[in-house]
Amino acid sequence: LRSGSGQTVPSRGPYIAVITNRSTNLVIRGFMLFSIGVFLALVLNLLQVQRNVTLFPPDVISSIFSSAWWVPPCCGTASAIIGLLYPCIDSRLGEPHKFKREWSSVMRCVAVFVGINHASAKVDFANNVQLSLTLAALSIGLWWTFDRSRSGFGLGVVIALLATLSTQLLVYNGVFQYTSPDFLYIRSWLPCIFFAGVITMGNIGRQLALYECRLMSEKTHQD
Amino acid sequence: MTVRERLREKISAAFYRHGLLCASYPVPIILFTSASILTCCYPLLRLPLPGTGPVEFTTSIRDYTVPSHEPQGDLGEQPDWYRGPPVAYIQQVLVKAAVSPWDSTLVPVDVFRSPLGRIFTLLEEIRNHVHNDGSGVRSLEALCLHVTDLLPGLRRMQAILPEHGCLLVSPGNYWKNQRELFDSDPDLLKTVHQHEPKGLHTSATLRDLLFGIPGIHTGVSLYSKKRVVTYTITMALGSYDASFLSSLRARLHQLHPSANCSLHDDHMVHVHFKEEIGIAELIPLVTTYIILFAYIYFSTRKIDMVKSKWGLALAAVVTVLSSLLMSVGLCTLFGLTPTLNGGEIFPYLVVVIGLENVLVLTKSVVSTPVDLEVKLRIAQGLSNESWSIMKNMATELCIILIGYFTLVPAIQEFCLFAVVGLVSDFFLQMFFFTTVLSIDIRRMELADLNRRLPAEAGMLPPKPGPLRPREVPPPPRPSPHTITLQTPAFRNLRLPKRLRVVYFLARTRLAQRVIMAGTVIWIGILVYTDPAGLRTYLAAQVSEQSPLGEGGAGALPPHLGVAPVFPVQGGDPSSTLSVLPAPAEPTLLPENQSRGHSGSALPRAELPRQAQPPPGPQISWGAEDEEGWRRLSFRHWPSLFSYYNITLAKRYISILPVIPVTLYLSPQEAMDTRHPQDTRHPPPPRLHISDPPADLTLYKVAALGLAAGVLLVLLLLCLYRVLCPRNYGQNGVAHGRRRRGDLPCDEYGYSPPVSEISPLLLRGHSMDIECLASDGMLLASCCLAGQIRVWDAQTGECLTVIPTPGLRRNSSSGCWEQRDGWDTAAAVDPENGNGGTEPAGGGVFEEDEGYPLRQRTAPRLALFGDQPDLTPLIDTNFASQPPSHLLLTPPRDAFDFGGLVEGAYQNHEPPSPSVTSPYPTPSPPSGPPPQRRRSLGDILPPGPQERRFVGQGTPDWESAVWAMELQGNLIAAGRSSGKLEVRLWDAVEGSLRCSNEDGISGITALAFLNNRIVAARLNGSLDFFTVDINKPLGILQYRGPTGRSNMPPSPCYSSEDVISCQLTRSVQCAHQKPITVLRAAAGRVVTGSQDHTVRVYRLEDSCCLFTLQGHSGGITAIYIDQTMVLASGGQDGAICLWDVLTGNRVSHVYGHRGDVTSLVCTTSCVISSGLDDLICIWDRSTGIKIYCIQQEVGCGASLGVISESLLVTGGQGCVSFWDLNFGDLLQTVYLGQSSDGQGVRQLLVLDNAAIVCDFGSELSLVHVPSVLEKLD
Repeated sequence: LRSGSGQTVPSRGPYIAVITNRSTNLVIRGFMLFSIGVFLALVLNLLQVQRNVTLFPPDVISSIFSSAWWVPPCCGTASAIIGLLYPCIDSRLGEPHKFKREWSSVMRCVAVFVGINHASAKVDFANNVQLSLTLAALSIGLWWTFDRSRSGFGLGVVIALLATLSTQLLVYNGVFQYTSPDFLYIRSWLPCIFFAGVITMGNIGRQLALYECRLMSEKTHQD
Repeated sequence: MTVRERLREKISAAFYRHGLLCASYPVPIILFTSASILTCCYPLLRLPLPGTGPVEFTTSIRDYTVPSHEPQGDLGEQPDWYRGPPVAYIQQVLVKAAVSPWDSTLVPVDVFRSPLGRIFTLLEEIRNHVHNDGSGVRSLEALCLHVTDLLPGLRRMQAILPEHGCLLVSPGNYWKNQRELFDSDPDLLKTVHQHEPKGLHTSATLRDLLFGIPGIHTGVSLYSKKRVVTYTITMALGSYDASFLSSLRARLHQLHPSANCSLHDDHMVHVHFKEEIGIAELIPLVTTYIILFAYIYFSTRKIDMVKSKWGLALAAVVTVLSSLLMSVGLCTLFGLTPTLNGGEIFPYLVVVIGLENVLVLTKSVVSTPVDLEVKLRIAQGLSNESWSIMKNMATELCIILIGYFTLVPAIQEFCLFAVVGLVSDFFLQMFFFTTVLSIDIRRMELADLNRRLPAEAGMLPPKPGPLRPREVPPPPRPSPHTITLQTPAFRNLRLPKRLRVVYFLARTRLAQRVIMAGTVIWIGILVYTDPAGLRTYLAAQVSEQSPLGEGGAGALPPHLGVAPVFPVQGGDPSSTLSVLPAPAEPTLLPENQSRGHSGSALPRAELPRQAQPPPGPQISWGAEDEEGWRRLSFRHWPSLFSYYNITLAKRYISILPVIPVTLYLSPQEAMDTRHPQDTRHPPPPRLHISDPPADLTLYKVAALGLAAGVLLVLLLLCLYRVLCPRNYGQNGVAHGRRRRGDLPCDEYGYSPPVSEISPLLLRGHSMDIECLASDGMLLASCCLAGQIRVWDAQTGECLTVIPTPGLRRNSSSGCWEQRDGWDTAAAVDPENGNGGTEPAGGGVFEEDEGYPLRQRTAPRLALFGDQPDLTPLIDTNFASQPPSHLLLTPPRDAFDFGGLVEGAYQNHEPPSPSVTSPYPTPSPPSGPPPQRRRSLGDILPPGPQERRFVGQGTPDWESAVWAMELQGNLIAAGRSSGKLEVRLWDAVEGSLRCSNEDGISGITALAFLNNRIVAARLNGSLDFFTVDINKPLGILQYRGPTGRSNMPPSPCYSSEDVISCQLTRSVQCAHQKPITVLRAAAGRVVTGSQDHTVRVYRLEDSCCLFTLQGHSGGITAIYIDQTMVLASGGQDGAICLWDVLTGNRVSHVYGHRGDVTSLVCTTSCVISSGLDDLICIWDRSTGIKIYCIQQEVGCGASLGVISESLLVTGGQGCVSFWDLNFGDLLQTVYLGQSSDGQGVRQLLVLDNAAIVCDFGSELSLVHVPSVLEKLD
């Protein structure tokens, strides 16, 4: 995750022209967000798988890749869209996001997101209501700690609902199935995870967009 | 005052006191903190070390009962995992078989074929064993652990491992437990080996699983020397039945008596397995750790502006880590045993606790004023951030408290840890980190002091002028230290610290040596601990050479057949017999009765050895056989069970004592069971000694070592990349501008790293900039057009334009004429003379001469300084000249500057148009002057007329501003116009606040100190003005000769704060000749004049303290600062240092060929620049030239010192930064594309470490953000 963002962005010198090119920059950002999304999806999927399997057979890694191959690319695409959407909306609304714009904060955000997933996978809750409530509180806390923008919250809620709905449809049509659905074929904590994920990806996307802004301003400055 | 504010104040005060405390007693506090950390971590010693190694617990078989689920308090020594039934009871039957006596007709395959073949009968025996006592018939089928399918991924093992039945494994599984398959197998070894995984493997292999002992010890090999085959039959029992097991044991013993067996069979070992972490589980964990490290990396890199970045980063990490340890320790102390997986929650704990507070503290402390004492800085920094720290802490505690009430045990536990961690983190921040920070800041101060001390020590004894005789050849020009400024590529850079460390490592080859030493030690350990390796060999050697023979045998490897040393596990050996169920045992063999008595084991061990025929292989039983499973990989049992999806994680198995079986086969039997192909194997070479498994181990070790080395190198490479992401090779433009990495963000307001130097262009002036003044916050510049612009020194935006653009238009014609003010001045004279206002012709010439002196560029100075006696000639010339200017200039040019001076111009400033422009050139702009002069002439003579002009608020923009000073938001400008004035503007609003027009002669230099303005005039007089604020209008302004005023009181009528500027004293004849330099600092005013003298005045009472004589030319440069250092440079190229208190000359050196154009002193050195384009750095105390820097032509005069060790010089369109201590070029910043041809003429260093320089009509603001040293 870090190496990906660390290598591509600060490359300068001969690449400066390429990077300051707007569309190229967009593509680079999109690709980075996509890869981050894929990576996180794989890892978090692994966490969820762990919950149900007590002990991994030796070739569990390959089975993860084979089970639902389309899940990680979907997550990657979604995260790329979200990560590009957030800075775009920020600039549209004219209220640039000023709160905690730095990589350490973004890292903290990602860590908390993974932690939420970890908790949902590993911690044994008494019942699902408790689990959902806890995760909801954690997600809101995540938003409050790292985002605090109304647009971020709104977008997060909307996307979370949409994603839940689409998952619901998928499950309903039998494309996909949960091992232990607890609420209308799906897991009730899904919206919270989606929300937290949207906030996290938005955070990353904004931070990446900051680079673009900086590069652009630098370029204009040079000119 | 609300409660909140009061609370805030109290917190702030408490933090302030605490900061004082910490900074005052750093060492005791650090000791105290370390002690408390250690105390809190002490309970951690009792925690088991993390790891996945199994834990054992041994009980006696005799009174074994399945432990209950409830914990039993009385059994203190029982581990807490010893509850409930085990997953399985493991019963192994250890078979040792040998063909005896060994015959020379036998082939190598016979060593293991027939012994292995016997396994099928044994299996049959075991499977069919039925125990029948009073309670019923029991067989293995009823007792064993039934397993179902193998995991779906294990298809290839399906043929081998049992499914849907008893978990009973033996080497027979290779042949599906069928004798026929075994007999028809042409190559047994191939069958065994074909299931082995390729390459290196660490966990249990199939062969280990089936044989039940490590592969090396099986003896199933063509090269086995001992010719004893060992294998086990492993049964997993679901329930424990002592009578059945003992009857089985007895039965096997009866069938295959182990004559010399002395194994203990009275203890069962329970093995508990920790949760195991597979690769799949590791991936999320590794991910979280990567994120954690990224977080720490991005956080700590924000630490800036301190002495040791790495030290503080380390301290921050130590703070967080030890707070974690403390929290775990404290929780353990109060009886809360952690049930969570520490490794998993650790990253989240770190993220929750966070490094933010530490960073905020650092930032707050380093942003306090640097001139304060360290204690106060720490205290201030702490108290500044106290409120936010407390607020954050309270918020986090609240959140965690909410988490605590979720009533989910895991979350509650996490929250508990987090709370204790937060509190201890706060404690550590306050005590540990603050103290470390104070030490760091103090070190920085000390470094500053160290640099300062020697210089001041040298200055203290004021040496009474160790004057060099005048005859000394003045400039030792080609100094050996001269550093020539070449093309940027050749400029050498100072090595950064990191690179030096790397070079040091490379030079000493530290890394390689450490790796080599480590490898050697590692190999040594491996060789020593290898079972078949050195230790055994050594032990054997020792025992052979021991005179006591068998005496030391107790410690020897067991195959020597001596009494083993049993682990002391409680339970006496004599109890063995009673365990054996007597009724079920048909004890026919007498040996059985006495076996197990360790005392009698030794003679018995000797017996069969003599009984057996000597050539036959020996079967001996030793201690290593008793618990043979110990030699297996600790993953053996978990992997066996995991094939059936049974996890042993956090559970235990009970291993029953092995049942020994000894088989002796006759050679005939071995030959009978031969497969036809067996004889095809060539007999092994007799001298084949080398052991293939041992070889393999060696290869493995070598491969591992190689891999580890490669990994280490890669790791170091990555580390280096991370630490030194910049390439230092390039220089110049790329070096200056491209370092715009990910800047730390605005939340904390950190300044960018040192290489982030980007010039800010301030545009707006239409003409060349003449004067620059700044007070740190504001920046005022004045161009030749007489336009004053006020800029924000931070952002570079233009705040005010004086006059307003509309007004400026009117005087645009005048502007152009100002460009060559020389002509103006010259032209004014005749007009003035005509008008009759000029007192004397001499005065005119003074003005004429003085004008160029005001300018800071050297050539003009030189020109006029060298030619003072030409004035009468010019005077007469001008008097007779007609006012037509176009006609006037050429002859004057020819007259004045012909010959030697002209040559000097050509040499010094050929390329710079901006510099040559002031000289009279027949350029188009010189057309308009007459008009302007006429208007000037109109204004000048009558006093009232001029008064009215001022009263209207439109001062004469026609006259040039010759000197300008800025203080607060007041700009004082001295003008050149025939009539002379000191004007004060409000710098922000741009309104004229006050003016004073008492003077007669043009103001050549101004100094603005506190509320006093000192103006030096062309005629050598010195005027002292006082600026009063909030006073009624000064009457002085109306003190004109006519005394009448028909206009409203001009300067201050629109303002509430009344500012007046009064002439308090005028020293009429301060100098005999024009004053060229005026400097004021530390309550002194120092003037330098063309008359070769320097005068020191006291600012308060305008009293002349000293007249310093020593130069043999006009004074061209003076430096004085708060520490009363006075240096002067003259046209003779000499530099004098003076003691301002006594008036003595401290040192006197000849530095330059030509004029000294500017002078700056630091605490240790004096930096001078001269007309010869050299910048010389002198040792201040000894007056020895340290080194010289050759500047580009025409840019020699602009230099400034940013800090004690950072010198900045102007060049052609660029500024260069030099390390003063070493004379290395640090960086060159190019100011802009348009300015390439322009030289930097003036350079001003602002307080906030910014540089302003002007080139042509543009200003450039260069921020040098991370200058650590204090500014004087």
